[in-house]
Amino acid sequence: MTDLSLRAGSVLVTLSILLLWQGTTTTGLVQPIFLPSPSSTFVNLWHGLTRGDLLALTLSTMERMIYGWMLASLGGILLGALIGLSPRARYWLTPTLELLRPLPASTLLPVGIALFGLKPGMLLGIIAFGAIWPVLLPTIHGFSAIDPRLREVARTLGIGPFAFAVKFGLPNALPDVIAGMRLSLTACLIITVVGEMITAQEGLGATIIMAARSFRSTDLYAGIILLGVVGAINNTLLGFIERALTPWRTAPS
Amino acid sequence: MSRRHIDLLLSVLPAWLVPLGLLGGIEIAMRITAIQSDGLALPSQVAAALLAAIADGEIFLRTAETIGAIAVGVPIGGILGLLLGVWLGLSPRAAQLASLPVELFRPIPPVAIIPLMMLIYGLGIRMEAAIIAFACFWPMLLLTRDAVLGVEPRLIEVARMLGLSRRKQITKIAFPAAIPRIFTAVRLTLGIALIVAVTTEIAANPIGLGYAIISAGLSLRPEVMYAFLIWLAILGWLLNAGLIALHHRLFGAAYGEVAA
Repeated sequence: MTDLSLRAGSVLVTLSILLLWQGTTTTGLVQPIFLPSPSSTFVNLWHGLTRGDLLALTLSTMERMIYGWMLASLGGILLGALIGLSPRARYWLTPTLELLRPLPASTLLPVGIALFGLKPGMLLGIIAFGAIWPVLLPTIHGFSAIDPRLREVARTLGIGPFAFAVKFGLPNALPDVIAGMRLSLTACLIITVVGEMITAQEGLGATIIMAARSFRSTDLYAGIILLGVVGAINNTLLGFIERALTPWRTAPS
Repeated sequence: MSRRHIDLLLSVLPAWLVPLGLLGGIEIAMRITAIQSDGLALPSQVAAALLAAIADGEIFLRTAETIGAIAVGVPIGGILGLLLGVWLGLSPRAAQLASLPVELFRPIPPVAIIPLMMLIYGLGIRMEAAIIAFACFWPMLLLTRDAVLGVEPRLIEVARMLGLSRRKQITKIAFPAAIPRIFTAVRLTLGIALIVAVTTEIAANPIGLGYAIISAGLSLRPEVMYAFLIWLAILGWLLNAGLIALHHRLFGAAYGEVAA
């Protein structure tokens, strides 16, 4: 088979999954309360996007996710550069970081609620803090694993520590940092959704859990599809950025 | 423990004073300022709460609930992902055909199906296991596929030269060669399973360690909340460290590729 016909085959496989979905619902094999038919799901999704508030809810979830991601990336890169460039900081801080790292980010939500209450800023802080690890650890590694001969060159040329960080450290760490930022964005989406579920702040997370509690299954499926779309946009966009910024690196999808 | 291990331990030991010192500092500062907060607890109170939860067995009950859901969910999602991953790794045609469905379904965040499983199964271990299975399926699928794709092509060529049947090529050559990387996939997947289990418990499901953490937080018992958090951190660390040690023991350092 040629490449093109395989691609068409891939579309066919997808279509047959949809047909199977439609088939199970029309034959009444599964109750529509658990699995609404794809046609009613997509009609509902379309109505929600054009006439309802699904679009606004999606945007508010994405906004929260992106702000959290920017905070996490900024904090991770700055902190990672400081720790990575100083062997002393690395020595003293590594055990503490190793202790904090295995904690699932979602466990910070109860702590944040207990400490600060149900505030929008609290949720944003938790998202940023929870998603900092995938950026922080590769940044530390990237900045600490600079070829010693480059360090000597920098010293000979009389380059100061700040210029060294920007001109030697950053390019060395960049591939790892970008890959980390990609993972961090995925983490941000997950923490955002869970955070919205618990704190009932406006967004898709709160919407789908309310839909499930009131047995509005078409709304639930529409929300899940939209979250999948947000995840897919994240992957595609960051894959593109990764290839554009670090073309020498062939990252697996 | 060899001499080298002891040296290594001694060289890192003082750095462990940092977290301990921080805890001591918090204890002293909180006692001096006599601060009152629903979200803070003296480190000594947290330690006492941890010991109390161990003594009355609550911590083990909660841990057993979380681990039980993982023990049901991981094999279901993991084995399905493993089988499909091996298939997609061996057959470029199947990989091409599956590419669009995989790209469509994989980006769905596992937490997004928490409400769906709640609707189907209600609350309890079944819905949590189903979410864990969904969450474990994708990394297992993709990492296994990559593991099989990463098998040295010359090994396959040799197998073909020797006239092995297609089935023997898979069972005798491709699969054994991919096993160290598949083990790494299992380790990463188990880490994901623990995170997803606890997250499900925090978001909706009233069992396990996640529920213990959020219910303690919401009922204004911060010392219990922190005690369970510390327990969870230890558990996660032990799981990862144990699996890395097992990887070294089974496959040796020669196979390398043990990314933390």
